[in-house]
Amino acid sequence: MACFLVPGTEAIVVTAAAFLLKKYEQNKAQIKVREGGDAEKASAKRGFSGKLFWLADLLWGGVVLLAFEHLWHGEVVPFFPFLTAASEGPEAVSEMLGEMASVGVTMAVIVTAVWAAMVAISYAIEKRPERVEAEASV
Amino acid sequence: MTLLITVFAAVITTAVWYKKSDEKMLLGPLCWMFWGASLMWLADAVFEYAELGAQYFSPAPSDMLNDAFLGLSVVALALVIWIVILLIKDPKGVVRARLRKK
Repeated sequence: MACFLVPGTEAIVVTAAAFLLKKYEQNKAQIKVREGGDAEKASAKRGFSGKLFWLADLLWGGVVLLAFEHLWHGEVVPFFPFLTAASEGPEAVSEMLGEMASVGVTMAVIVTAVWAAMVAISYAIEKRPERVEAEASV
Repeated sequence: MTLLITVFAAVITTAVWYKKSDEKMLLGPLCWMFWGASLMWLADAVFEYAELGAQYFSPAPSDMLNDAFLGLSVVALALVIWIVILLIKDPKGVVRARLRKK
C-alpha cells in the first residue's frame, strides 16, 4: 500500500549521512596533505562514504521503481492526499501502517543486510589483488 | 513475474557492466536501480508466499499477464531514467560537442 515509504525514509537519512561523511573525509585528506602527507595517496583512497552511497543508490533505485508499481496499482495517486488509503478511512489507514511496519521494514532490512554483505566482500576483494600479484611473481 | 523480470534485468545489466567496465556509460545507476527494486520485491514476495503458500507459484493467467506488463514497464522506466542521467552527465562529451557544433 505504501511500504516503499520506509526504505524511502532510510534513503533520505543514508544520503544525508553519506554526504556529511564525504565532506568529513575530504577535510581529513586535506589536513593530511597540509601536514606533509602524500597528496596522490590521500586522493586515491576511497573512504567509507563511497560505500554508504552504494546503500543510498540501492534504496533510491528500489524506491523509484516501487513507487511506479504503487502508481500502477492505484495505491498512490499524483494528487492530494497521494496515498489512496488515506482517503478510504481509518481502517484502510491502519492496514497501510501495518503493511509499512511489516513489509516496509523487511524491505529496508533486506536491502541493508545485502549492502552490509557487499561491503564485507568488497573489503576482501580489495585485499585480494596484492595476494594474487604476489603469487604470480613467485 | 515483476520480480522475475527485474531480477533478469539486474543480472544482465550487471554482467554488461562487468564485461565493459566502462564508467563512461554510467551503467552503475541502472544496476543499483534494478537490484534495489529486486530486493524490495523479494521482501514483498516472501510476505505473499507466507500468506498464499504454494498457490503463490500458480497465479491466474490474467494476473501473470498484468505482472509481466508491469515488469516490462518498470524496465522501460529504469532505462529511460538511465538514458536521461547519461545525457545530462554526458561523460563522453558527445552532447556538449554536438551543441557546440551548432
